[in-house]
Amino acid sequence: NINDDTLILLFILLDGTKNGETFAPAKDQFQEELVIRPLHSGDIYASFQFRTLWDTDFLQEGQKKVSHYRLFPKSLGQVLSKFSVQELHISFTQGFWRTMQWGQPFIPSPPGAELWVWFHDTVSDVDGNWKELTNVLSGIFCASLNFIDMTNTVQPSASFKPLGLGNATDHRFLRYATLPREIVCTENLTPWKKLLPCGSKAGLAVLMKSEKLFHSSFHSQAVHIRPICQDEQCTSKAWELRQTLNVVFDHYTSGQGKKEWSLFKMFSRTLTEACPLASSSKVYVDITDNPELFELSPATPLLSQAVVLGDRRTYSVYDLTRAETFGQLRSFNLLLRWKGDNMLRPLLHAERYVAGFGLQTGEIHTVIYNNHPYRAFPVLLMDSVPWYLQLYIHTLTVTSKSRDNKPSYIHYQPAKDRHRPHLLEMLIQLPPHSMTEVTVQFERALLKWTEYTPDPNHGFYVGSSVVSALVPSMVAMSTNFTQDQPLFSSFVPVKEESSYFVRVYTEPLLVNLPTPDFSMPYNVICLTCTVVAVGYGSFYNLLTRTFQVDEPSPPLAKRLANFIRRIRGVPLLA
Amino acid sequence: MAAPLTLLLIVAVTIRAVLFRSSLAELISERVEVVSPLNAWKRVVEGLALLDLGVSPYSGDVFHETPLMIYLFHFTVDYAEIVFMVSPYFVDCLSCLLASLDRAKIAIGSNNLKSDLLFNFPGCLRHIISFSTCGLNNAIIALFIFCTLKGSALLSGILLALATYQSIYPLTLFAPALLFFLQRLYIPVNLRRSSFWCFTLQYAFIYVGSLVVITGLSFFLLGSWDFIPSVYGFIFSVPDLTPNIGLFWYFFAEMFEHFRLFFICVFQINVFFYTIPLSIKLKEHPVFLIFMQIAIISIFKSYPTVGDVALYMAFLPAWSHLYRFLRNIFLVSCVLLACSALFPVLWHLWIYAGSANSNFYYAITLLFNFGQILLVSDYFYAYLRREHHLTHGLYLKKKDGTEATLVLK
Repeated sequence: NINDDTLILLFILLDGTKNGETFAPAKDQFQEELVIRPLHSGDIYASFQFRTLWDTDFLQEGQKKVSHYRLFPKSLGQVLSKFSVQELHISFTQGFWRTMQWGQPFIPSPPGAELWVWFHDTVSDVDGNWKELTNVLSGIFCASLNFIDMTNTVQPSASFKPLGLGNATDHRFLRYATLPREIVCTENLTPWKKLLPCGSKAGLAVLMKSEKLFHSSFHSQAVHIRPICQDEQCTSKAWELRQTLNVVFDHYTSGQGKKEWSLFKMFSRTLTEACPLASSSKVYVDITDNPELFELSPATPLLSQAVVLGDRRTYSVYDLTRAETFGQLRSFNLLLRWKGDNMLRPLLHAERYVAGFGLQTGEIHTVIYNNHPYRAFPVLLMDSVPWYLQLYIHTLTVTSKSRDNKPSYIHYQPAKDRHRPHLLEMLIQLPPHSMTEVTVQFERALLKWTEYTPDPNHGFYVGSSVVSALVPSMVAMSTNFTQDQPLFSSFVPVKEESSYFVRVYTEPLLVNLPTPDFSMPYNVICLTCTVVAVGYGSFYNLLTRTFQVDEPSPPLAKRLANFIRRIRGVPLLA
Repeated sequence: MAAPLTLLLIVAVTIRAVLFRSSLAELISERVEVVSPLNAWKRVVEGLALLDLGVSPYSGDVFHETPLMIYLFHFTVDYAEIVFMVSPYFVDCLSCLLASLDRAKIAIGSNNLKSDLLFNFPGCLRHIISFSTCGLNNAIIALFIFCTLKGSALLSGILLALATYQSIYPLTLFAPALLFFLQRLYIPVNLRRSSFWCFTLQYAFIYVGSLVVITGLSFFLLGSWDFIPSVYGFIFSVPDLTPNIGLFWYFFAEMFEHFRLFFICVFQINVFFYTIPLSIKLKEHPVFLIFMQIAIISIFKSYPTVGDVALYMAFLPAWSHLYRFLRNIFLVSCVLLACSALFPVLWHLWIYAGSANSNFYYAITLLFNFGQILLVSDYFYAYLRREHHLTHGLYLKKKDGTEATLVLK
């Protein structure tokens, strides 16, 4: 950074000596920060902030007009000078912030798009500037902000006071508009990322992959531009550009139900370096509720305390400008693992899926897990497969621990087309602490066009398999039937003390069948009948006609003459 | 004659053995052009597995073979490969025999053995290494034709009954076989002559009798009449719409329910009703009639495969002397070659790539059947024309002495 500054200084000095003017170069600095706050519901909240601070004045005209941009994005700088903008706040949000479950966000935003702007008091036509500004911003952010017009713009008198420097209290220079229906997608994220000095190539911005960011409960990206004081006495002003991105990842959809979060799991990337243009690059993890709640790795000695939103919270700090943060592998992946993961491991568990590719054949795999450490027990597996998936029972294999496990009882009733489905029942002995896999191949049938559902490419559902078993119980149960047993424990009758009856249902399957073209019944009938008719026609010709020498018919004049002669009764011409 | 034939057979054995052992066999045995729900080997294995489980193979809709097939394969399931390798030889031998017979009759000719292999190769290549019972059916039909040509009425009747028992359509071969025997025994085909009726009734008795015996045996094998709706009901009512190279599957996949029965009847009658007119026209040429019947069955049956196509194509070398009268042979060969190449491509695009749809495969089916119809009618035309030239001379003149053209009128 120092070398760059020196070079620029030299260049400008040289340039200045030519023009006979010297002026000090504008200094700019860039900071990036990521705050990770685990929420009580198991979700996780990540907040990125990128701040560019620049000692310059956009609102100047003439010689001093800003033309050399370094860290500050040129497109925004030109917008600020052209429309004499004092403060600009724009946000795009997908989802609604659930305050009751998640607490307060660092930077709040409403769903949809929100834009509020304070214009400089030298502007004469604020409405005109506002209209043009919305159009220009809509081009910069690839959003349909051009729908902002007089019908949805207001001038709040008290609510949106300037967040930066500004002695303007005349609310005629404030405009506020929201587009609640605006959808945020990758096309909005990409130009937003381009405004960053390092783009999405280095630093914290590499984590912003749209397929993970948009697969979340809440996503909000914003740009805030305001003039601020550099020091307490406010002797010099600087422009501050803050780009913020808040995202909340859902425990169930992104986290697959496990209470464990890492940078890789959230963003499918890890950090490899800080942005070289950043003066500070830090990751903060909120550990106020630790160490009871979760464990954090890699460990860091840096701690910081901050009072935010009326609460004093403790953060672990990771400084990305230091090489040792990245460790041996040159990659930094934060891991938060919730303690006390006493997820119940059920003794019997089953899954089912379809294997294979194409629309001709396939294989149904049913996987049954026996998690008992030392007891083996038999299970009864029942499969009911619709008739249009023709099962081949000679391909049935049952393997446990990669060895063949022959079922002791098999009852199979094959399907009859359009009458009844397949029924397969097997008694399988599950070895202790093992996984048993049952596979059977099938062929997909082509149905009549009227037998397909209205959305045929959605696929056809196959009902769940049922696994019924008497699982050995750790606790002895009483077989006495008493009247005042609670309802939840008296559903299944207990026949013996040492085992309890359990029924496990697997997932249903969704299978695609080959489809005919539904728009073509009449065409198909016509074309096929045409081919049959061609056959019929050829054979008819060959069967009913005989070969004759081709005598060409006489010309018209001769035929007419012959006709007249016949009437007269005179001999005909040759 | 014997030495080149033996050499040819040895070469054929080697080729087939090599192909059976290669990985190509598994790939081809799954293809829909080669196996159909009626004769897929996978289904035979499935039926035997069901039998082992104690369930009747006909209780489901996966097995459509006759009980005698179960009987045969129950004992030879381990030697299935050998059975499939041996059966196509019957077809080969028969075509050689036909070629030699006709050569003796007409004395025009070249070495038909080479052309026999040439004809066999493209058509049979796929079907010989496929695991399907089509080869066995073709072998039975070939044996039947062999016995007919050799003059043994009893064996011919029994084998025809067996062929009919396997799939109903060879029923139409009764008429040409009868005509051949009548011609051979110098009995004129005259409905008023008692000798005609005498022989006809004898032959019919052999045929129907063997059919009854075989059906009765099947009944006693499994103890029920379940196999009749499963096999013959299946062939006639076409419930399974698995794509194949025929015309039925897409037609009935897109049929309006109201007209389904009507069109099933129309399509099935279409196979049988050419018998009587063809028999009347070709009553002096029963061998060609057999060829025509087999071709019509292969094109219009409910579940055709390339095995059925290969059966009648194997007889084409016997009529190599018709070459000079064929009008469309170039077009037909191009169409059939192009379709053979396009079948697997469009199947892959529809089923695996998902970029084409069923219409593409259906279009090629139409074209292939059209090509076959054109081929058969072309050979029929050539045969009739040659007969005309045999009676009226090769170079015909018009009344004024100029060269004449021959037309069908």
